[in-house]
Amino acid sequence: MKRILPVIGLLVFAVPAWAASPGVSPQQFSWSWEGIFGTYDREQVQRGLEVFTTQCHSCHSLKYIRFRDLVAIGLSEDEAEALAAGYEVPGDLDEWGDETTKPAELQHTFPGPYRNDTEARALNNGALPPDLSLMVKARVDGANYIASLLMDPDYNQSEPDDNGLYHNPYFAGGSIAMAPPLYEGLLVDAEGNDMAVDELARDITAFLAWAAEPKLEDRKRMGMKVVLFLLVLTGLYYVLKRKIWANVEH
Amino acid sequence: MADFMNNGLVRWFDRRLPILSWTNHHLIDYPAPRNLNYMWNFGSLAGIALVIQIVTGIVLAMHYTPHADMAFDSVERIMRDVDYGWLMRYAHANGASFFFIVVYLHVFRGLYYGSYKAPREVLWWIGLVILLTMMATAFMGYVLPWGQMSFWAATVITNLLSALPFVGEPLVEWVWGGFSVENPTLVRFYALHFLLPFVIVGLVGLHLWALHHTKSGNPLGIDATGPQDSIRFHPYYTIKDAFGAGMFLLVFAVFLFYAPNYLGHPDNYIPADPLKTPAHIVPEWYFLPFYAILRAIPSKLGGAVAMALSIGILFLLPWLDTSRVRSAAFRPVFRWFFWILVIDIIVLGFVGANPPEGAWIVIGQIATAWYFLHFLILLPLIGWFERPRPLPASIATAVLEGSGSASSGRGAR
Amino acid sequence: MSQTVNVRKPIPHSLPCVAMAGGIFMARPEGTPEQDLRDFLIMAEHAPDAQEVDRRDFLSVATISVTAVGAGFAAWPFIAQWNPAADVLALATIEVDLAPVAEGQQITVSWRGKPVFIRHRTADEIAAARDVDMDDLKDPQPDSERALRPEWLIMVGICTHLGCIPLGNQGEYHGWFCPCHGSHYDTSGRIRKGPAPENLGIPNYVFTDDTTVVIG
Repeated sequence: MKRILPVIGLLVFAVPAWAASPGVSPQQFSWSWEGIFGTYDREQVQRGLEVFTTQCHSCHSLKYIRFRDLVAIGLSEDEAEALAAGYEVPGDLDEWGDETTKPAELQHTFPGPYRNDTEARALNNGALPPDLSLMVKARVDGANYIASLLMDPDYNQSEPDDNGLYHNPYFAGGSIAMAPPLYEGLLVDAEGNDMAVDELARDITAFLAWAAEPKLEDRKRMGMKVVLFLLVLTGLYYVLKRKIWANVEH
Repeated sequence: MADFMNNGLVRWFDRRLPILSWTNHHLIDYPAPRNLNYMWNFGSLAGIALVIQIVTGIVLAMHYTPHADMAFDSVERIMRDVDYGWLMRYAHANGASFFFIVVYLHVFRGLYYGSYKAPREVLWWIGLVILLTMMATAFMGYVLPWGQMSFWAATVITNLLSALPFVGEPLVEWVWGGFSVENPTLVRFYALHFLLPFVIVGLVGLHLWALHHTKSGNPLGIDATGPQDSIRFHPYYTIKDAFGAGMFLLVFAVFLFYAPNYLGHPDNYIPADPLKTPAHIVPEWYFLPFYAILRAIPSKLGGAVAMALSIGILFLLPWLDTSRVRSAAFRPVFRWFFWILVIDIIVLGFVGANPPEGAWIVIGQIATAWYFLHFLILLPLIGWFERPRPLPASIATAVLEGSGSASSGRGAR
Repeated sequence: MSQTVNVRKPIPHSLPCVAMAGGIFMARPEGTPEQDLRDFLIMAEHAPDAQEVDRRDFLSVATISVTAVGAGFAAWPFIAQWNPAADVLALATIEVDLAPVAEGQQITVSWRGKPVFIRHRTADEIAAARDVDMDDLKDPQPDSERALRPEWLIMVGICTHLGCIPLGNQGEYHGWFCPCHGSHYDTSGRIRKGPAPENLGIPNYVFTDDTTVVIG
């Protein structure tokens, strides 16, 4: 009967392999947050934030991230506040009952680039740019998928087809409405050199990975404590069980 | 009698409400077969999984918003803003999978050791009702985050009802509370998802009542002949169950803390969109074999009926299995077919996970046919024609004399 | 071998108080609770020496203790999840524009779900609030401690008795009056008469400029 355990184990481990991915399987990168002790590389995530604010945010929303959350990736509260102040959010109604706007503050989430989905479609050739907060978790092998999709050299040099779509092998169906968003020189690095597309793609992926799973580091830290504790506890149970059963034939 | 029962205050209380002697009777002095192996741990593990689900579920219910427009956001709020909300949510989502893992192992243990045979038929039935209730609860719980998989799972599964002749269409609209899966569906599923776990608790009570009435089975499948065959539950099986719980929690913790989305589906992190079905929809892993049976029959009603029957025939198992010998340890032919059935069900799982194309269709149909063939034809025949090995005189003789010998059934452990 | 096959020292079943331990039936004479405890823990078949019992007792106690510690830590997340969540804390400060509030007027703003009274006090009200003998007060506190700027009195508008919202410009002290159980507050929001034990609460606030205050 014990033989069933490894079989069921295999069954469980095989599950994600079954989840058929509609596009080409993404390239595999190594990411700082992988593994038991993996953490986000604060500098990389901050560079990714810059990629997001300068490029992605012109079409994509990030509705679950509050400006105050950026403190967790190493921005000071003043920096986060300054970034927020560059955006407008709805304010209180004025004395005539008209809507007003005011600069965003720490407690506000990133405002979306469009008033609503209808406007977003109207300005994007009928395609709706999805919210990016959960993108890394919402795709099979999400981080590798996003990085692969963004850095594909053919995609980055391609022209739109007759329908205004671009060929990208990693995207389901092979045709994506998004024009290649990254190009060399979009941003400069700390030394003032133009950043390559590959670097930009990796950085924005890191930022989106953090945005999708901001509690990852808390989770792994707690996991380490819990697993070590359970090892001790289970060990004690085992020894006590051996002792209690020592004189019983069974 | 446990020593605390000698305390005067305890006796005073117990004469007025015999809850302590009841506890003593069922958890401490309860005579359990001395030869239970680790496959007998999965009942208590299922109980632990149920408690984990209820406790984390009540916490989630205190933060979740059951409304089609707000459900997805409220789950994200739990994940991001609520203190330890991510822990509660991941524990609940993975807890469901682990609940099914231990319950399935518990069921397979029952199939292998003939736990469904007289006098435990009612015990077996209650277990099957628990399984069905669990499935309903898990299905409705999966709808609540209102992601793409939630929405389309709800749509596909509720549409099964429309296969029923005449009443199908109105029945589905009644379940939906509308003309498709929408907010009223979500809210009623939420209410039932909250209620059903407590129904399961009640059923577990009945399950244990039936168990303690007929007494536990054991790997030899023979009845206890006297006190030398039994030991008291505490401390022997409390510590053994505790050790099993520790192992269970370890594996659970590894998934919960290091691969919390491994058993989930990425599409459920996309908010529900009633206008767009994901390219490839699959149920959670624990429903895959049944999903494969559903798709194996090329008829809407037939598929739904086959899926219902796949569990339905298990209620008849005590009579479909004609052998008087309970344990597979003494049934050489049955044992072979048991493992073929296990492989068959795993194959059905793979079929359920893959799109219904090409070879998968044929494999699914063969595996489905074998599933029913096993229970309806082979099992009765094996019982009639198989020559079981001789049974030991008692548990104690087998345990004390037969270490390692074939007749003891120790090989099965 | 007989049915009691694993009993190395066969014991007649007729002895009183037969209990199960060690996987077999054994005889156990009536005894003290301490003896009962030992009976409960030790094996029947071959009485272990005292040292062995001690070792297992220690192991049992250690295991139970570690389990209890683990259960204690595991309880914490279930308690902490009721704390105000990050999005609630994020809204914990509000900014109020004071320019439209004329002298003698009062506005009520909502802060953390509670009413906050912001009163633009007149010179008379300020004088009345300052000209009070501390000995007359139930909860002595000078007005200067209650208002950063004398003309602006900012308080949480919740009666310290049982949480009702007092009415403005009422009561024997021309401050606030709580209709629920008759508590009278003066023009500094201090309790003067009635069942309330304390003065109306003062939230943390700062003036960012002459007409803007941030509460919280």
